[in-house]
Amino acid sequence: MLWDTLARPDLWAATLAMATPIALPALGGTFSERSGVVNIAMEGIMLIGAFFGVLFSFYTHSAWLGLLGALLMGALISALFAYVTVSLGADQVIVGMSINIFAAGLTAFLLNTIFGYGGTPRETPALPNLTIPGISDIPFVGPILGSQNVVVYLMFFLVFASHYFLFHTNLGLRIRAVGENPQAADTAGLNVRNLRYLGVMIGGMLSSLGGVYLALGLLNSFEVNMSGGRGYIAMAAMIFGKWTPFGSLGAALLFGFATALSMILQGGGISSNIIQMLPYALTILALTGLVGRSTAPAADGIPYNPNK
Amino acid sequence: MNKIIKELVTPFVAIIIAILIGACVMILTGHNPLTAYGALFSGAFGSTVNLSNTMANAIPLILSGLGVAIAFKAGLFNIGAEGQYWIGSMAAVWIGYSVHGLPPILHISLAVLVSILAAGLWAGIIPGLAKALVGAHEVITTMMMSYIAIFLSHYMLENGPMMQPGFVPQSPVILPSAMLGKIVDRTQLSWGLVIALVVCVIVYWLLYKTTLGYRLRAVGLNSRAAKYAGINVSFNLVLALFISGMLAGLAGVVQMLGVQHRLYDSFSSGYGFTAIVVAILANNNPFGVILASIFFAALSTGGQSMQLVSGVPAHLTDVISGIIIFLIASKDVISLVQKRWRRRHSLAPVKEA
Amino acid sequence: MRTCLEVREITKSFPGVLANDHVNLTVREGEIHAILGENGAGKSTLVKIIYGLYKPDSGSIRLYDQELNFASPRQAIEAGIGMVHQHFMLIPALTVAENVVLGGEPGRIHYRRKENVEIVRQLAKQYHMELDPDAKVGDLTVGLQQRVEILKVFYRKAKLLILDEPTAMLTPQEVEELILVMERLRSQGVPIVFISHKLDEVQRISDRVTVMRAGKTVNTVETKSTTPQELANLMVGREVVLHVSKPPQKLGEPVLQLEDIVVSSGRNEKVKKVSFDVHRGEIFGLAGIDGNGQFELVEAITGLLPCKTGRIRLLGKDITSSSVQHRTNAGIAYIPQDRQLDGLVMDFELTENFVLRDFSKAPFARLGQMQVKPIEEYATRLSEDFDVRPRRIHAFAQNLSGGNQQKVILAREVSRNPELLIAAQPTRGLDVGAIQFIHNKLLELRSDGKAILLVSLELDEILALSDRIGVFYAGRLMGIFPSGQVTREQLGLLMTGVDLGSGGRL
Repeated sequence: MLWDTLARPDLWAATLAMATPIALPALGGTFSERSGVVNIAMEGIMLIGAFFGVLFSFYTHSAWLGLLGALLMGALISALFAYVTVSLGADQVIVGMSINIFAAGLTAFLLNTIFGYGGTPRETPALPNLTIPGISDIPFVGPILGSQNVVVYLMFFLVFASHYFLFHTNLGLRIRAVGENPQAADTAGLNVRNLRYLGVMIGGMLSSLGGVYLALGLLNSFEVNMSGGRGYIAMAAMIFGKWTPFGSLGAALLFGFATALSMILQGGGISSNIIQMLPYALTILALTGLVGRSTAPAADGIPYNPNK
Repeated sequence: MNKIIKELVTPFVAIIIAILIGACVMILTGHNPLTAYGALFSGAFGSTVNLSNTMANAIPLILSGLGVAIAFKAGLFNIGAEGQYWIGSMAAVWIGYSVHGLPPILHISLAVLVSILAAGLWAGIIPGLAKALVGAHEVITTMMMSYIAIFLSHYMLENGPMMQPGFVPQSPVILPSAMLGKIVDRTQLSWGLVIALVVCVIVYWLLYKTTLGYRLRAVGLNSRAAKYAGINVSFNLVLALFISGMLAGLAGVVQMLGVQHRLYDSFSSGYGFTAIVVAILANNNPFGVILASIFFAALSTGGQSMQLVSGVPAHLTDVISGIIIFLIASKDVISLVQKRWRRRHSLAPVKEA
Repeated sequence: MRTCLEVREITKSFPGVLANDHVNLTVREGEIHAILGENGAGKSTLVKIIYGLYKPDSGSIRLYDQELNFASPRQAIEAGIGMVHQHFMLIPALTVAENVVLGGEPGRIHYRRKENVEIVRQLAKQYHMELDPDAKVGDLTVGLQQRVEILKVFYRKAKLLILDEPTAMLTPQEVEELILVMERLRSQGVPIVFISHKLDEVQRISDRVTVMRAGKTVNTVETKSTTPQELANLMVGREVVLHVSKPPQKLGEPVLQLEDIVVSSGRNEKVKKVSFDVHRGEIFGLAGIDGNGQFELVEAITGLLPCKTGRIRLLGKDITSSSVQHRTNAGIAYIPQDRQLDGLVMDFELTENFVLRDFSKAPFARLGQMQVKPIEEYATRLSEDFDVRPRRIHAFAQNLSGGNQQKVILAREVSRNPELLIAAQPTRGLDVGAIQFIHNKLLELRSDGKAILLVSLELDEILALSDRIGVFYAGRLMGIFPSGQVTREQLGLLMTGVDLGSGGRL
């Protein structure tokens, strides 16, 4: 019974589809927190990305321009977040919460104002699914990897790119240094403020991309609060993935698998809801050191005041 | 008196700025802000029914807001009030429909007692001990526990022991002996309001008039000095989360016994998150929590009639809430405004002279 | 020999303190130049000015032919000044090589791991330091971490190396290794400035010594042509001791008895087998330079740090493993050295701060309820007795001046009628009036037959108040002397680790 379920390719295809909107903001959170800023605003930034992706896509008649516009909006709102938390040194968690509330309200308000109460137009251009000729013909693997939305492939590319960026470039080294010990980075001649802005804004754009995937990749519409807590779940994935791109991807796949399995098991056998709890329980265990201890960057969440 | 006014300045300025921004948005989208805000106000307070519904909405906010505030007072950020609310709700409904033959006073008391204990343990045991023993950050652990609680409720309602036979995933209705009476008929306003107000006084008393509150506040303000004063810091951290969870759980109990009477399948009650906003706007002052709760409840009930009357989407009220908290969190913005204001007012007489 | 660094007439004042007063310093090429002085003599301020962390009010600095006027450490680094701070500026999660090249990585985009490892390996070889470039800094000992700091400096091609109290955190073996490293650097012609308050080190390592006292450079001497006694005299000066009239007092029974106390904090043993008694009616002064373990000893007595071995007795009763609360009840009162961090809750009202030790006891609490009336009465009485201003018992502690904050703590601790008062730096940062008030209160307690353990970094305070003086150095007691039988100069020597020999001991 269980084996039969696991052998179904649609389970694994759904796992990928469900993991992508978690992996992208988790990757974003990794950038932000590696630079030392706790970004709980990913939930709201996803909504901004989702809404403006649809908006720009509809008016420019191009899903790609929609994606671009959404990334810009993600960068803009995270720049605001960075200004208040990095430059003014405000409480990162509280500001993040406020941005989430603001974004949920704003996107819903604009949805009703611009598109009316009937929702976004059906003719909004969506991001295409890609069919990869060689792979899509292979049995079992084909249905899983051969035909997914373009953002899913983009996500895999971004995971590798982020890993390279954070761990194999000079700039990545600097971002990590700032998140570990901003004072030491400062005396080594690094610009702590700019590097943190960079981390937060890259994070914002990745979260925004996660939102775009929900709206233009999965559903082809914007719905109120459509991020559905994925920004928070992404935070858990990032922690469970030990603040690394590959770890975040792995954790996102685990979360995605739990969701996909619960969708497929709907109504039968083991409770799907119990399965969906597991990732959260594992995250707590990871934080308490019971399952492979996860330690945050040393200066994560602490504003840096160079005059002190 | 002066102290009270001082405490009110920051939230007041933040609210004014947010409302002005909201007005600008309305003008930009072609609405008349005076009509819209008028509709919002009368929708929230304009009639007995409206006022009752606003107050009814404020009840769970007051209780869960107190929970978040008491944790803040002990230096803890309980972001998982939502989950504790669900645990409290589940336990209350379960006691409400499964225990037969009790007189109302006993039935309600039993439901309250069991539920707040469950919710308190939910917050105290795992996040509390994880914080006290290994320093795991409570923001993450309480949030994770929150999701677990919500999935637990789905399980209970969809294929677990609380499922009512039928197509809609929901629990059975609680027995009449467990229901809280209404203060105003044909509204949602139950005697839960009195419970909320009494609890508010109790929390104030607890925080400022008891040795327990003294300990919690000392730990929150300066854990080193607290340790030196002989206070067991770890124990008090666990205790603070326990009490915080009890209060958030009580919000669920009162909502179940007073308004909903059964548990519906849903992803969020919304109260747990708004509770954080309430506590922040109230600056964790128990009586401030009442005012802040009424304010946010009014935004939410009034928002609906604003939408009906003036056509401004009700979600604008969320934009306003977000801006208020954003402004309060980035204190410097407010103090900048205050300084400008003061400068203008202190310069004026100089000119005259 | 060419002059490498020349500091002329540097003056720097902070609100209320003249930290550097027309300071002069000349460092020659290829020498190790020590700056010696007590806590607060202005050594750190001087090097922070040289390194661009502070801007001087007046004066000039030259490095070779270049006039220096730094706005930030970045410019100092570019000009060729390297500094190793007392608290390392390292990133524990990164490797040695990453730490060394950070901020000046070769190449543009790609981080060249292999190349950087090789650079650091060569650099370490060049300066004869054994270090694994691939090791994580957090896994290294403090001594090795210090080498990483030194390599960082040379990676940036420094022409001058400044070491701020380099031996403070090191074990004796690590100190030996550091000295070797420094000597090799000297042989390669690198000038080194190092700050210290330890005479033996200065004697061993340096070529010349500049002595600072009270913000001024007193003198610069060739190390070889001077004696420890001479240096100690220069360091502590011969100022008149603050006069306090102190009636003679008979030594009573012992109140506090310490036996072979060992205290660890972090990875180090901070207190190593210390034994002494404090008696009724005496002020026992514990002298020493900051960081020698005296405050760890105090925390062990108050119960905030555990004793590794040894025994603490209060009035004959063993309290070695008692809780803080129990010790408080048994009669220990404590004025912590950091009043804002440990002594007060700054966002509490005075009423609440006055009962910090006894808030849960009658009459301040009954059945878990705080009793407002008795607390207010108590706060009013204490405010009056100790002249706390403003006389508003509902003011927040943070709105009081430092002196009045200290009075609140003193009032709270003393009014509990304790057997033993431990006063750690009770007058730090206070004005003369407040100092006098607190000194008089300590003497009053002495007359009342209390036992007082006074820990201070100010020699004057120790000399003025103490009946007996113990000198702490490197976690050990160098000796105990009845006041009047030891001079300021002798204390200065002992505090810097110079044993007076059997002649000085009692």
